[in-house]
Amino acid sequence: MKIAITSTGNSPESLLDHRFGRCAFFVVYDTESGATEFIPNPHKNAEDSAGPASVQMITSRKVNKIVSGEFGAKIKETLDSMKIQLIVLRKPGITIGRIIEMLNHANK
Amino acid sequence: MSPNLKRPRKILSPPPVKGFKPYGPDLDGKPAEPVMLLFEEYEALRLCDYDMLNHHHASQAMGVSRPTFTRIYASVRQKIARAFVEGRQITVEGGKVYFDSGWYHCSSCSCYFNNPEMQQAVTACPLCGSNAIGKAEGEPVSAFEVADTNDLCICPACGLELLHQPGQPCGQQTCPSCHTRMRRKGTPGCRMP
Ligand SMILES: [Zn+2]
Ligand SMILES: [Zn+2]
Repeated sequence: MKIAITSTGNSPESLLDHRFGRCAFFVVYDTESGATEFIPNPHKNAEDSAGPASVQMITSRKVNKIVSGEFGAKIKETLDSMKIQLIVLRKPGITIGRIIEMLNHANK
Repeated sequence: MSPNLKRPRKILSPPPVKGFKPYGPDLDGKPAEPVMLLFEEYEALRLCDYDMLNHHHASQAMGVSRPTFTRIYASVRQKIARAFVEGRQITVEGGKVYFDSGWYHCSSCSCYFNNPEMQQAVTACPLCGSNAIGKAEGEPVSAFEVADTNDLCICPACGLELLHQPGQPCGQQTCPSCHTRMRRKGTPGCRMP
């Protein structure tokens, strides 16, 4: 299973980015292989439609879940219809590495 | 998302059956074409004639305009009448819909999550695996204590909310969904949910 996480940087020490559409990086984590891929978000500074554009980019990677700090109502509609699970985490200062640890534990 | 893609309609509960079959001596041996009910038509009928909502409230529940709702409702009534009178099967399927999945909360890692696979029950937190989960009270935006009304930008057109970025005026942000200029939530002219 693939899980996307919004990240402020390109390392496991980077923090969870609370913005979904305009996050700095997307991390795509593969729970089976343990592989992590850091993808710079081309829509980071987009004037508009960062949300839908990011949805399109992330769903093209066939992820089943997305971890972020917030999702707009319309984004949820789109992702609901694609059967992608949203996980909203509002803990300040949590690292990507820590989230991956948690996911490994949950999907054991 | 292409701009001419019709906005999906919100369905609160999927139909429990795939369809209905008529029976009777006159129907034996000549199966007529079934009548196709769209999910949205099923939902319109359920809201109006089962939950007894008026058209105004039912259209809000489905996230469509009142005229659109009236059209969907008229269509479902006509289809059912046709199935009854002509002795046809009813098949429930299709339509541009999504099932509003609702939010859950994990008290162990304090995350919120939805359950887009509504047919499967939620048993554990998808993030930390804990069983200390339950239905969330409201949406995560309003359930999170830091996000009080001063910390949110809201789209006056569609009601989408974003966490306010300090030092960045809300009016410089555009709604990622409908491109309207955002406003600070709680100021005049913005729609309060
Ligand atoms: Zn949890
Ligand atoms: Zn909007």
